[in-house]
Amino acid sequence: MAQKKQQMKFVVSPQIATGQQKKYCRFKKNNIKYVDYRDVDFLMRFVNEQGKLLPRRITGNSLKWQRRVSTAVRRARQLALMPYVGDNLK
Amino acid sequence: MQNQYETTIIATPILTDEQYKDTIDTYKKFLKDNGCEIVHDESWGLKKLAYPIQKKNNGYYFTIEFKAETSFIQKLETEYKRDERILRFLTVKLDKYGVDYNERKRKGEFKKKKTEKEEA
Repeated sequence: MAQKKQQMKFVVSPQIATGQQKKYCRFKKNNIKYVDYRDVDFLMRFVNEQGKLLPRRITGNSLKWQRRVSTAVRRARQLALMPYVGDNLK
Repeated sequence: MQNQYETTIIATPILTDEQYKDTIDTYKKFLKDNGCEIVHDESWGLKKLAYPIQKKNNGYYFTIEFKAETSFIQKLETEYKRDERILRFLTVKLDKYGVDYNERKRKGEFKKKKTEKEEA
């Protein structure tokens, strides 16, 4: 079996298939300690074009920060700084 | 026990400038009379709302940051509810990071450059 594996040669280096960038939590990396609900431009990054919150697997946040981001977005929505339902926000 | 709080208020857009100042001053006075220390207050002015509130598309925003006893907040919120000039309000308790963020914001550390915000 080991011999058979050695015989396999790839035309293209296999690293390209796994070419995703390493995801990281931007809050941990930049040492941000507080998410402000009044900062709409910053919060728009965590929201899709319809105004819905993006899942953690896409934003790359850790659980703690994803929860804080979502409370901030919900507060901004209550204060009419962001819509609950939107269209072509970006 | 004293905590630091922050209220953001949306007032109806129909009022005149004097009436806006009047509303802010009544609340500042109410806070002072009850022994709360006002840290900061700021008017954002008229802004377009993301969705209509009470059939209005604009609102006058202002924030007040203050220190108060925990028991006082309920009284304050009933006052907000009674006032007809106020459309929405949101009171948030600030933890130490929130207090720190607000101080830095007032000093002007968070300008409009994106990179600076990330470093914050």
